[in-house]
Amino acid sequence: MTERAIHIEHLTKQYIIGAMRHETMLREALLNAFTMRSHKREQETLLALNDLSFDVNVGEVVGIIGRNGAGKSTLLKVLSRITYPTSGRIRVRGRVASLIEVGTGFHDELTGRENIFLNGSILGMRKREIDQRIDQIIDFAGVEKFVDTPIKRYSSGMRLRLGFAVAAHMDPDVLFVDEVLAVGDADFQKKCLNAMDELRSGGRTVLFVSHNMAAIENLCPRTIWIDAGRLRMDGATDKVIASYLATFSESQRSGYDLSQVPNRGGNGVMRFTRVDFLDRDGQPTSVFRSGEPFRARFHYQVNERVRDPHFGMIIFSDMGTRVTTVSSWHANYYVSNVEPGQGSIDLAIDDLFLQPNRYFLSLFIHSTGQQYDMLDHCIAIDVEDSNAYDNQGRGLHARWGLVYMPSRWSLVENVDERAGS
Amino acid sequence: MNSGVRPVAIEWLSEFYHYRELFYFLVWRDVKIRYKQTLLGASWAIIQPFSMMVVFSLLFGRMAKMDSEGVPYPVFSYAAMVPWTYFQYSFPLAGNSLISNSRLISKVYFPRAIIPAASALSGAVDFFIAAVILLGVMLYYHVPISASLLLWPVLLLPLILFTTALGMFFASLNVKFRDIKYTIPFLVQVMMFISPVIYPASKLPAKYQMILRLNPMVGIIDAFRAAALPTRTIDWASLGIAIVVTLVLFAASSVYFYKTEREFADII
Repeated sequence: MTERAIHIEHLTKQYIIGAMRHETMLREALLNAFTMRSHKREQETLLALNDLSFDVNVGEVVGIIGRNGAGKSTLLKVLSRITYPTSGRIRVRGRVASLIEVGTGFHDELTGRENIFLNGSILGMRKREIDQRIDQIIDFAGVEKFVDTPIKRYSSGMRLRLGFAVAAHMDPDVLFVDEVLAVGDADFQKKCLNAMDELRSGGRTVLFVSHNMAAIENLCPRTIWIDAGRLRMDGATDKVIASYLATFSESQRSGYDLSQVPNRGGNGVMRFTRVDFLDRDGQPTSVFRSGEPFRARFHYQVNERVRDPHFGMIIFSDMGTRVTTVSSWHANYYVSNVEPGQGSIDLAIDDLFLQPNRYFLSLFIHSTGQQYDMLDHCIAIDVEDSNAYDNQGRGLHARWGLVYMPSRWSLVENVDERAGS
Repeated sequence: MNSGVRPVAIEWLSEFYHYRELFYFLVWRDVKIRYKQTLLGASWAIIQPFSMMVVFSLLFGRMAKMDSEGVPYPVFSYAAMVPWTYFQYSFPLAGNSLISNSRLISKVYFPRAIIPAASALSGAVDFFIAAVILLGVMLYYHVPISASLLLWPVLLLPLILFTTALGMFFASLNVKFRDIKYTIPFLVQVMMFISPVIYPASKLPAKYQMILRLNPMVGIIDAFRAAALPTRTIDWASLGIAIVVTLVLFAASSVYFYKTEREFADII
């Protein structure tokens, strides 16, 4: 009989949004108590997890997928006991390690070696264990030369490697990992994936939250899809990922109504209501081709006067890698004030240098210090092959990468060495 | 998540014990960082109480001719300045510790009480450095060094416990009410005046003695001073009251902390 490592029963977590957004002041609390006013703010609540139940057996590696705000991270936080469930039961057997962030507790003034001990103990390692593995950790991170230098002199890449190196040398029975692989260069990501793979072969139970579908496919035979705090699907990874990706867009359209999109971020002072894709003549289009112009018209609704909003769009690959961000702020396009009402703004990209593939778009409106609207992965577009290189090239394909760059080649010199010697 | 077969308090303590190494590392971090960051490093632990002693000696010893219980005023005041400096430094550190370690709290699990407790303990290193200087001050003023000075490390226990109790309570309040941090320096200042740092405990008005002694710092600081001065004996009744009040405060603060720590990660 297989043993259960994780048992989750009717797990529910409710956040009171007011408590997170506003800092409570004692002054107010006292004042309210004195004046006997039940001056309670509207308590908006959010069900981050809603009656979630599932089991994971010992030795299973399970991927957790879902859109931003679906409750994936909350699930890991509840399982790691960082935050407490509102109701429901959890049972986790064995020694638990949880990796919500790499390098938690690192201190700038301490050296690499000192930070290894600090971070290791924060992650629940014993000093004896760290002593035994410190050489491996330093080696894995590739920081031998700087291990006795304060990490304020480290590059961000070095810090990351050091943090992951410590985490990779934990020896837990159950491991929770949240999206820590989304950062770092490709080489290091590969190293991390290998480390996780070793964990799996060591018979450990792993719960792995990620937007990186490729990583999930590589590592996890089973995947759970969480949607708005509920369990949407649980099964073989390829099937779950396929169903998940399919929800983004049933068919290609030239326009999308964005006014009713749930799970959006931002404070709502400005909202996207609609987006229309246009071709080079300004006519609606649903076809996107590599190397051709990309034009979009975003319609928005404004509820209060807003100064200098920045509009933007993030392009993600189908596997969750952020390809690029385009925004009015980057382009230094100053919108000045927008008054309550409705409006629209046009985005024009002269050449869409994307390889043929499916991409996801996230849209946002913010200004310095404020986020008005954030639509995460709200639209999927399929970019198709085109006559890039004026029909002279060999064509484009997703297997060559995410981006294509038009290139010209010219041979400068080709010396025949045999002639000279 | 075990549900209450064992009493909650034992559960809590055993959890704390399980994470003792993290506790140790956090103390070590606090001490290390302080000495790395400040230009003067460890000497700061001496300069602070020493310069206070000099100022107080001029003000209260020379000008106000304060009664100094039969020893030169600098010795009298420095003996109290060592435990007082510990409190003055450690209580605000512990009281703000959860806020300043908010990242840890929202990203990793461990018994939350470790943070204020580690902050309160890390100041003890300064205490020992400053205490060594006391010997020098006593030698300089030809005050005989008595064996009762050996009680100092023991007296440090109720001092740390009281600081931790207050620190835990304020740290927890601080998470919920962000304006608490402004009340901490004010409280420290008030404590200085209602504790026998500048003046001898015997100078507390007789009428209010009983109420004022409920402040554990009265009994504790006076005991530190009495243990150092050959002209004094420890007022055991006063110290006894201080210890009882400290234990009660510590228990109450722990209960409050336990009840609020569940929501730290959600609101910090």
